[in-house]
Amino acid sequence: MKRVVITGMGIYSCLGNGLDAVKESLYNGKSGIVFDPERKEMGFRSALTAKLDVPDLKKELSRNQRVYMPEQAKYAYVATAEALRNSNLDIDFLETQEVGLLYGNDSSAEAVMNSIDTMREKKDTTLIGSGGIFQSMNSTVTMNLACIFKLKGMNLTVSGACASGSHAIGLGTLLIRNGLQDIVVCGGAQEVNPYAVGSFDGISAFSTRESDPTKASRPFDRDRDGLVPGGGAATVIIESYESAIRRGAPILAEVCGYGFSSNGDHISVPNVDGPSRSLRMAIKDANIDIREIGYVNAHATSTPVGDRNEAKAIDNVFGDYKPEITSTKAMTGHEMWMAGASEVIYSMLMMKNDFIAPNINFENPDEDSAKLNIPAKRIIKHFDTFLSNSFGFGGTNSTLVIKNL
Amino acid sequence: MEKEQLIKEINEVLVEEFEVEPEVITPDADIKQTLQLDSLSLVDMVALIESSFKVKIKGTEIAQLKTFGLLYDFIYERIEK
Repeated sequence: MKRVVITGMGIYSCLGNGLDAVKESLYNGKSGIVFDPERKEMGFRSALTAKLDVPDLKKELSRNQRVYMPEQAKYAYVATAEALRNSNLDIDFLETQEVGLLYGNDSSAEAVMNSIDTMREKKDTTLIGSGGIFQSMNSTVTMNLACIFKLKGMNLTVSGACASGSHAIGLGTLLIRNGLQDIVVCGGAQEVNPYAVGSFDGISAFSTRESDPTKASRPFDRDRDGLVPGGGAATVIIESYESAIRRGAPILAEVCGYGFSSNGDHISVPNVDGPSRSLRMAIKDANIDIREIGYVNAHATSTPVGDRNEAKAIDNVFGDYKPEITSTKAMTGHEMWMAGASEVIYSMLMMKNDFIAPNINFENPDEDSAKLNIPAKRIIKHFDTFLSNSFGFGGTNSTLVIKNL
Repeated sequence: MEKEQLIKEINEVLVEEFEVEPEVITPDADIKQTLQLDSLSLVDMVALIESSFKVKIKGTEIAQLKTFGLLYDFIYERIEK
């Protein structure tokens, strides 16, 4: 089995455009959450959302490249361009070598809506425009990235709800371990617009703490009342150790464990057993002593039930060993299909810079989070291994264990 | 509408949609090359002309027009009707 290392990262997040900006925000416990009055007018129960601007790519991509890209493909382009640069992978290499692509995405709501609106209004499908079908599919992100970056290997979108980005990295790891790919561009992307999350708001999943947006997302806190939607894109380039050495790539860390499971239970409410199995599988796969884990990036989305059950699962697995545990969703909101990949990057930035970002808004624990070691303030700490959880609707669970190199 | 005015308007919508410099659109210029049209973007050109000038045209008809000059004639005839 080949060893799998991380050789590049890139991100477009509400915490910042690019790794440096995001690192600053994490260090300072900054929140990317705002109140969006347009959503109130549209009939949303909660107008809270992460704030993100869609990048203008006119200077970088031609019209014929951009026309097939919905919002989240643009985020993914920016994140991937940064990651490829950081990994020293240029277009000549990509054109001549087989580099794979596994990216998480599980919706393209606004594009679907636009195409269908045009069809209903004009009763003429030729007026939808050539971009319609390509923007509307779940695989829109990988379609666009593969064509723009001339990727010639695996080409697939991973749809696993809020675990998509994490599973993308995990599955890429399996491909490389088994010698089927040398390099895989992995990541997760998430559209940020009211149409993508209207139905989600409709099931009362969001926090209604609208008077204080930056305090609304409060994972593990006793007074949490729901999640805040967010998004953007994050790219993590993984590679076999041999390939990285051969081409002199920067070697940042090793993906040493991937665990996964399905709850086989309720479609939206997570249980304790499924996540516990995912955690245990990842730790076993990493072949490490649990005490080597210096930080846990929890999935915790700030929902009453979700955070409680994850706290129980973590407590079950870690027992009396209590590493620092935070959910960066306190700052970013729930980045959904992007989250698994972005949270690996947030954790990597902390690991490489010897700090743990605060679990902001953690003011009072509840009965379950009281058993965990959750820093509400930034901690200066060197750690060499972290564990990251991502759990999705339908009971899909993914856990990654990553070691510093 | 006067043909000259129509030509001006056609050029304006093409420049805007296909992001080309106005100077590259001349009566003898090749449409597909100038606007970098492939089979997909041709669809967009049809949609654009139909909605901008309220004419109904077929993609196959437009695809056969080599130059902008021919395109102007084509649209002008259909608007006149």
